[in-house]
Amino acid sequence: MKEQPVSDSAADRLLLRFVTGSSTWILLILIGLVLAFSLLRFDQFASVPNFRNIAVDASVLLVLGVGATYVIITAGIDLSVGSVLVFAGVVSAKLMEAIGGDGWGTIALGLAASLAAGLAWGFLNGVLVAKARIPPLIVTLGTLGMALGFALVITDGVDARGVPAKLAEVGTGNAFDEIPYLVIIAALVAVAGGIVLAATRFGRHTYAIGSNQEAARRAGVNVDRHLIRVYSLASTLAGFAGFLSLARFSTTTIDGHGADNLQAIAAVVIGGTSLFGGIGTIVGTAVGVFIPAVLQNGLVIVGLQPFWQPIAIGTVLIIAVYLDQWRRSKYRT
Amino acid sequence: MEALRGVDLVIGPAEIVALVGDNGAGKSTLVKVLSGVLSPDRGEIWFSGQRLGHQSPLAARGLGIETVYQDLALAEDLSPHANLFLGREMLRPGVLGRLGFLDNTEMRKRAKDTFETLGVDMPTINAAVANLSGGQRQAVAVSRAMTWASKVVFMDEPTAALGVIQTRTVLDLIRRVRDAGISVVLISHNLPEVLQTADRIEVLRLGRRVASFAAADVGIDELTRAMTGALTEAHA
Ligand SMILES: Nc1ncnc2c1ncn2[C@@H]1O[C@H](COP(=O)(O)OP(=O)(O)OP(=O)(O)O)[C@@H](O)[C@H]1O
Ligand SMILES: [Mg+2]
Repeated sequence: MKEQPVSDSAADRLLLRFVTGSSTWILLILIGLVLAFSLLRFDQFASVPNFRNIAVDASVLLVLGVGATYVIITAGIDLSVGSVLVFAGVVSAKLMEAIGGDGWGTIALGLAASLAAGLAWGFLNGVLVAKARIPPLIVTLGTLGMALGFALVITDGVDARGVPAKLAEVGTGNAFDEIPYLVIIAALVAVAGGIVLAATRFGRHTYAIGSNQEAARRAGVNVDRHLIRVYSLASTLAGFAGFLSLARFSTTTIDGHGADNLQAIAAVVIGGTSLFGGIGTIVGTAVGVFIPAVLQNGLVIVGLQPFWQPIAIGTVLIIAVYLDQWRRSKYRT
Repeated sequence: MEALRGVDLVIGPAEIVALVGDNGAGKSTLVKVLSGVLSPDRGEIWFSGQRLGHQSPLAARGLGIETVYQDLALAEDLSPHANLFLGREMLRPGVLGRLGFLDNTEMRKRAKDTFETLGVDMPTINAAVANLSGGQRQAVAVSRAMTWASKVVFMDEPTAALGVIQTRTVLDLIRRVRDAGISVVLISHNLPEVLQTADRIEVLRLGRRVASFAAADVGIDELTRAMTGALTEAHA
């Protein structure tokens, strides 16, 4: 919240956050897009199956976006998430293939493997950023190449397909025949990530480090340890996203994630999180994830070339960062 | 480069020691060394009869030492109460607290009380510190140090951005803190303010301590001469 509030009551605070909060205008854009596409092609766009499609498309990116929000709030960046996703998926698929069978035990081990693979890369990122003081852009550019390289070495470049049928059922199925499991899982991740960020000491320290790392250190916050945890969290979520992606496609999709990192970062920034650190919310990121997804889907439905989507997203991204800078110059001395 | 060479500073219990000296004399550097932010290449720090080993801000804090840094060291995007409790957040009672959930209501209330007792006029407790005026920000930093100190407070130009009334409030506060048994090291370029508040005045010049006075026995002229080097040269 950057603007000058006038009152301290909880209701006023909420109202104020809504009116002046950085994610408000972007939420309005999302609503506008949905309304526009609905008006143009109501039957096709505003249908339950279509919304389901959009949500499933967005869910893996949302999981990545939650981690990226934490990292960017610390004034860091993580380019490695797409590669870590692929690496974790490969490790998990290979393990499940080796164990064989279609039991929940196999699936649980596969899940554990994907989380552990993600955590390992995140720990490495975090240590290099916090202890070796290498800029996060460079560290994660390095691990981006390394994680993808290892995934290719392990698989010889051929997608692994050892995904148990039960897992594929989860990845493509719906709860109560209506809501995709993937969407529910991604929503739970986002809600948990949002609560931790907004209401816990872990979240508070994340904001503090992004605002003024030296001040946080002088206030007794263990900055190095916290940064390691934040990068570990982001990569563990990337590992989890890799597992979700396996569940959805029943294969590792090695070649399909080269742009995941930039999409996640764009979603986070469009959602009002500041690249300079210290400001951001998971709600904003969720909205930022849905704007590209809605655009992509809506443009196809109204019969426009989907090539307009990256053009529109690029524009929104630049405007979002411009607004962030403007806010900062206005409210900071 | 050497910022400090040969500074010998003793701070007695419940005493206000002023550090004065020109820009670049090494005042801030000395405070950073003593509060654990910078590690000195040489020298010893003793505290209550114990020699301190490797210092860190956390260790200094554990000893009851608090600091108002010249750059204030505030997290600009956080609210005043979040800054007041940064690094020592209050958690909710029970399970939620063990999970790390913050007790923002309690922290906000205490921060409000603190600002009220210290006579700080905080327009709202929820705005980000970035939106406060320079003086209000300084008040947040001063309040934080005053809230937590139990032995020593270092104050690096705590009144630099304050108005007349707020300055008087902070100086009164410094005396009250001293009367409560806490030592204060006050850095200021305002010599009348220093003379009026401090018990003892230490003069730093080019990284050395060049003079030490009881505040009662010295005037502005003599202080100025010590700060500019005229005094030592005259004595030499
Ligand atoms: N870590 C360091 N090592 C060596 N020199 C330093 C270090 N930090 C600062 N300096 C230098 O030490 C000198 C003293 O700086 P310092 O900030 O302590 O001055 P000051 O007395 O607080 O001045 P001012 O009144 O302007 O605040 C400066 O020339 C500065 O460049
Ligand atoms: Mg200074």
